[in-house]
Amino acid sequence: MTFEIPNLSLALPEIVLLTLTSLLLVADTFWSRTCRDCTYWATQITLLIVGWLVFSDFATQTQVTFDGSFVRDTLSDVLKLFIVVVSIGIFLFSREYLLQHKAYHGEFFVLGLFGVLGMFVMVSAYNLITLYLGLEIMSLALYAMIAMQRHSDRASEAAMKYFVLGALATGMMLYGMSMLYGATGTLELTGIAQKLASGEVDNTVLAFALVFIVIGLAFKLGAVPFHMWVPDVYHGAPTAMTLYLASAPKIAAFAMLYRLLWDGLQLALPDWQGMLVILAALSMVVGSVVAIAQTNLKRMLAYSGIGHVGFVLMGVAAGDAEGFASAMFYIVVYAITSVAAFGLMISLARAGMEFEEIDDYRGLNDRNPWLALMMLFVMFSMAGVPPFIGFFVKVAVIEAAVNAGLVWLAVLAVVMAVVSAFYYLRVVKVMYFDKPAETSRLEPISTQLGLAVSLSASVLLLFGLFPGWIMELCYRSLGLSVVA
Amino acid sequence: MSVGYPILSTLIWLPIVAGVIVLFAGRNNPALARWLSLITAIVTFLLSLPLWFEFDRTTAAMQFVERFDWIPAYKIQYFLGVDGLSMPLVLLTTFTQVLVIASAWEVIKERVEQYMGAFLIMQGLMTGVFVALDAVLFYVFWEALLIPMFIVIGKWGGPRRVYATLKFFLYTFFGSVFMLVSFLYMYYQAGSFSILDFHNLPLGMTAQVLIFLAFFIAFAVKIPMFPVHTWLPDAHVEAPTAGSVVLAAIMLKMGGYGFVRFSLPITPDASHMLDWLVIVLSLIAIVYIGFVALVQHDMKKLVAYSSISHMGFVTLGMFVLYDIVESTGGLKGAQLGLEGAMVQMISHGFISGAMFLGIGVLYDRLHTREISAYGGVVNVMPWFGFFAVLFAMGNVGLPGTSGFVGEFMVILSSFMANPWYGILAAFTLIIGAAYTLWMIKRVIFGDIRNQEVARMQDLNKREFAIMTALAVAVVALGVYPYPLMDVMHVSVEHLIQQAMTSKL
Repeated sequence: MTFEIPNLSLALPEIVLLTLTSLLLVADTFWSRTCRDCTYWATQITLLIVGWLVFSDFATQTQVTFDGSFVRDTLSDVLKLFIVVVSIGIFLFSREYLLQHKAYHGEFFVLGLFGVLGMFVMVSAYNLITLYLGLEIMSLALYAMIAMQRHSDRASEAAMKYFVLGALATGMMLYGMSMLYGATGTLELTGIAQKLASGEVDNTVLAFALVFIVIGLAFKLGAVPFHMWVPDVYHGAPTAMTLYLASAPKIAAFAMLYRLLWDGLQLALPDWQGMLVILAALSMVVGSVVAIAQTNLKRMLAYSGIGHVGFVLMGVAAGDAEGFASAMFYIVVYAITSVAAFGLMISLARAGMEFEEIDDYRGLNDRNPWLALMMLFVMFSMAGVPPFIGFFVKVAVIEAAVNAGLVWLAVLAVVMAVVSAFYYLRVVKVMYFDKPAETSRLEPISTQLGLAVSLSASVLLLFGLFPGWIMELCYRSLGLSVVA
Repeated sequence: MSVGYPILSTLIWLPIVAGVIVLFAGRNNPALARWLSLITAIVTFLLSLPLWFEFDRTTAAMQFVERFDWIPAYKIQYFLGVDGLSMPLVLLTTFTQVLVIASAWEVIKERVEQYMGAFLIMQGLMTGVFVALDAVLFYVFWEALLIPMFIVIGKWGGPRRVYATLKFFLYTFFGSVFMLVSFLYMYYQAGSFSILDFHNLPLGMTAQVLIFLAFFIAFAVKIPMFPVHTWLPDAHVEAPTAGSVVLAAIMLKMGGYGFVRFSLPITPDASHMLDWLVIVLSLIAIVYIGFVALVQHDMKKLVAYSSISHMGFVTLGMFVLYDIVESTGGLKGAQLGLEGAMVQMISHGFISGAMFLGIGVLYDRLHTREISAYGGVVNVMPWFGFFAVLFAMGNVGLPGTSGFVGEFMVILSSFMANPWYGILAAFTLIIGAAYTLWMIKRVIFGDIRNQEVARMQDLNKREFAIMTALAVAVVALGVYPYPLMDVMHVSVEHLIQQAMTSKL
């Protein structure tokens, strides 16, 4: 038996990220008294370095290392870059929130970086163990981050709920993976695919494995009927955490979806397609209808997030590379939109005025027209009204569904898009048509924050006017050629 | 055909860019916002004139074409062009916009820059709807338009504005999403989003029927046709004057335009099969909604219902062609009906715009739209009385006004199709005269009703200029409609050709 040293250079971004994060964890204990902002800036710099490492060695072909358990391909690099970009936004807004709430701890950023590491591993995982490992690294960091406000009952409850249900979901998935191993005798995704192709797999075991794996995925994504935790956790967690939860991990979850269902279980398509169709339809209906009844913006966005996951799953349910490309396009844009939405909420929040209830936005146009306009961008983009990017992502997934012959699902999707338009419009209505409860102008927000908010919201319009390149990126990363 | 600049892009983007500038620059400076908007509207109107003069009247092909790749992954293009069907509507848009901006001059006091900005952005988007030749681009303009209109009605509207604007948005949004699904289906079939490719795309009967119905929902809501018209009276009543004008004069026309650009050429067989549906609903709109208008005591509501009734003529004129061809065997009558429908759209743009502006003039003085609050207005506002009666005559369809031309052509062609259609359609001349003249009698004539009316001032120079411009348009089109018909003649011929060619 020979021992080969794996090609470490492919995992360089992860290695650097792990090293720097560990250093930061130690450094933070020294810095915490003397230089509060050092950890924050070091975090951002770390992300920039890692982003640059990914970018400078951008993969154009699939390379596998660590004995087939780690993959580097265009998809992984594109997703990692998006995760880095979104995370930079997350930390920027989180810092503001933590400062406002006198809950500034360096650990928040360190844990956040560990979360990013977990996502990176998930994105590049090429066998079941690596996938599980990535998922756990990310989840554990998230549990701890939600629980950091330990004096807040609401946050502790949210953390508890997230932990218990998250553990349950992981358990389900692990069970499914073990059955998959039993059925195919291998943990590697390519090996599983080969085994399926050979036709020697026991279909009953495979079906069971699939059910559990899909349930686990649905839990993580928050798809109906496994969505119960989403509203409570979004609502209960500090806004900075909701922002984190609602954005970057979704991108990683998409990667997991793709690796398992496409790289590994592509040939079991007829089995999982039906399940995803049901999940997609239910998520769209529940997400759109229940959100109408919400008065709390965070809860409303939680349900709207469930609805968006339904749209993503519709793209995946189309069951071809184009469907995955449209789903990826959707989830990336959704992550960016979430950052803008919760970022706005954080920017507006003041001591004593959380800007969590929809009523808090009453007459915002009179008090701060610019931020009201940015919120309008976010709302119309989420509603899928052109010319915002939210329209094009909806078109992409609906097109994928029509292409796959799921016309009824596409019709359901557009009807639900109309239903959901109602509650997004209500936010706009409150901001623009209602008189403010207090007439005082809002105290101006800091320039840095103002710029960040404006940038994240106006990209929704800019991408909407020029959606070509980002669509192309998603297409290319799934190996589809784009013919002009 | 071309002029020295990309004319269609200019007409779309100049107002939008100017609108954004007004939003920023006009903050705390309403005078600047007003002047900047007016200048933009006038310049855009002047820049749109070459469309009329340089237009090649001998071809049905698209003119002033601009075509670039926009989203290669889905073969979506930035593809603009006009033919005889869309060009007059573009000019109607740029012309109306000048009046709309001018009409809001003194009336709007709150957040002038947002109001003006919204209208300028709307103008660009409306032009975009009429000139887009890529289905997705069309849809983008079509839907984006809802955003500024939503804000305008909701922010500057009447007491029930929030209800009205939400109803407006959700109704029209619901209407158009099905159109999007059909676009995607056709993209899947044709491999491109170009509307011209859709025109040549062979489609089976089932697909055609479904696509026709999807289009029908989208356009019927927009026009609006009975029974999905209920958003319009609400939106009209609550919208500020300029909003009503834009809604009536231009946005309703998008539905009619949709029928001739999409339904007839893309789904000719389904149109043939289901033309009875459109005809019956049009006749109901013409007769029944006419009676509904009769009993209104709110002036704006009355004109709103009259709009629905008049738009019934448009849809009737568009869809009688199959019956005409069957009963007469020739295409001549069909040409008459379709051209009548197009003329009626333009004419209704002028007349309904004028009616709403007139009501706006009264509303600015007494702050009520109740007919019973007025009476004997002509005694204190002679000039206003003159214009009001003139436009009322146009609304009634008196010969010599633009209202006559379109209605007469449509009635004539529907007689060719089936005498009953003609008789029912002609009914509107009586009902229309009844509700319009009765309103004029109660508002304009008679004794001065009360002290408030006695104190009303006649039109000022600005209002006088707006009214004169519209009066000239109404009379000119009524006396000499030939140039307008000449512009659309070849395109209508081409359209009939498409509508009569089976795609099965």
